[in-house]
Amino acid sequence: MSATITTTPSPHPFTAGLDHGLLRYQRCDDCGRAQTLTRLACAHCGSEHLAWHAATGHGTVVAASVVNRAPSDAFRPLVPYTLVLVELDEGPRVMGHAMPGTGIGDNVKAGTFAHEKRSLLRFAPTRH
Amino acid sequence: MTAACIAGVGNTRFGRLEGQGPLDLMAQAATQALADAQLARRDIDGLLCGYATTLPHLMLSTLFAERFGLSVQYGHGMALGGATGAAMLMLAADLVRAGRCRRVLVVAGENRLSGQARDSAIQTLAQVGDPDFEVPNGASVPAYYALLASRYMVATGLTQADLAEFAVLMRRNAGRHADAHLREPFTLADVAASKPIATPLRLLDCCPISDGAMALVVSAEPGPGAAITIAGAGQAHQHQHLSAIDDVLHTGASAAADRAFAEAGLARADIDYLGIYDSFTITLAMLLEETGFAARGQSAAMVRDGSFAPDGRLPLNTHGGLLSFGHCGVAGGMGHAVEAVRQMRGAAGDRQGRAPRHAFVHADGGVLSSHVSLILSRRSSP
Repeated sequence: MSATITTTPSPHPFTAGLDHGLLRYQRCDDCGRAQTLTRLACAHCGSEHLAWHAATGHGTVVAASVVNRAPSDAFRPLVPYTLVLVELDEGPRVMGHAMPGTGIGDNVKAGTFAHEKRSLLRFAPTRH
Repeated sequence: MTAACIAGVGNTRFGRLEGQGPLDLMAQAATQALADAQLARRDIDGLLCGYATTLPHLMLSTLFAERFGLSVQYGHGMALGGATGAAMLMLAADLVRAGRCRRVLVVAGENRLSGQARDSAIQTLAQVGDPDFEVPNGASVPAYYALLASRYMVATGLTQADLAEFAVLMRRNAGRHADAHLREPFTLADVAASKPIATPLRLLDCCPISDGAMALVVSAEPGPGAAITIAGAGQAHQHQHLSAIDDVLHTGASAAADRAFAEAGLARADIDYLGIYDSFTITLAMLLEETGFAARGQSAAMVRDGSFAPDGRLPLNTHGGLLSFGHCGVAGGMGHAVEAVRQMRGAAGDRQGRAPRHAFVHADGGVLSSHVSLILSRRSSP
């Protein structure tokens, strides 16, 4: 009764992308809108013609939190770590880790780091 | 059309209740609600049960009916996160008004604190996050709400000191309820000094994990005392995940509230009691502001000026809310409605204020994902 429910093939295109250093997002072939998370139909026009694309990795931080209480043993060694929501230049919002001190409004660039046999996003501020 | 009344309410104490499973806790609350409504088991013809993370079951209502001794003509379990309780009350009202049922028992309970390890509870709850994009980052429910808070505070000017006001108010209210999980008073300085969980949220900005249960009977006839009707209800479901929230100022709370007010034929100015979901201080502030009971960024000012105090213009969660009465899952989110009913019937004991005429109750599930608003009205005596 505790099975994790996934509706997408494994490995997920986003997860597989990170392993290759790519930040993938879905875009609607019909209206061109970028999608946040995984969609079976475009959140804007309802089209089912969605394809995965690689983003440049540039974006702006819209939410940031320094996590002091890890949810599991796997993340306890990382505490305190910074989590952010970033609005990518292409449009979608994506969650990731960030360099300490990253805050709302910062322009950032995505990178990845290895954690527990998988690649996770980590954003770093860009110079302006 | 038949009106739907809340004829009786019941609750267990909240806190650490060792050795009792969800069904035991649910039975205690249900027994009290039946007694409160002056009804017997055979009078109940509908049963709605909220899910329990410590007892995942394919057909919880059937299981509970067998154990508790009910035979009903309509029943099922429901799952809508923290909004489950309010959603069950909305459905129960519709079942009664449509004539499908005469008396629906709405019940939920869970040993969420003593029935599992803390990490297990936290990881179960974190699954409201997206399994590919969010959960792998080591994000927990407090972290989701912390990120939401950071976004909302920048948009509205709400501050960490503002959030602390709600924690202090909820604890002060819980101190007046013998069944509350956490009753020891604390100060704004204590909130500021409590350990950081995920900035801007500190420990005292977060609700506890509790054991407990709540039950209500929704009936075609009023219960003893003042008649309390479910005058309006509304829902909104615009997103599941934090990442998918397009606009932190419009998460669905106002849409749900507007639908409830339209059905009830009432306005915000008619409301004189608030029962608002408060899993975190930021939840309470955001819901008060989005549903229109406080201006953007100004909800804490209404705590400071006494508007939300038990003797204020809009008494808020006079039982202490999830933040201090406690949170055991679905039942925690039913506490707001149970307390509203008691206040409206003049049955709140030492906590009793001026009996409200119209109460607004709002719950959310997920990360302000699923919203349910209810308007409860006290019928004036004939």
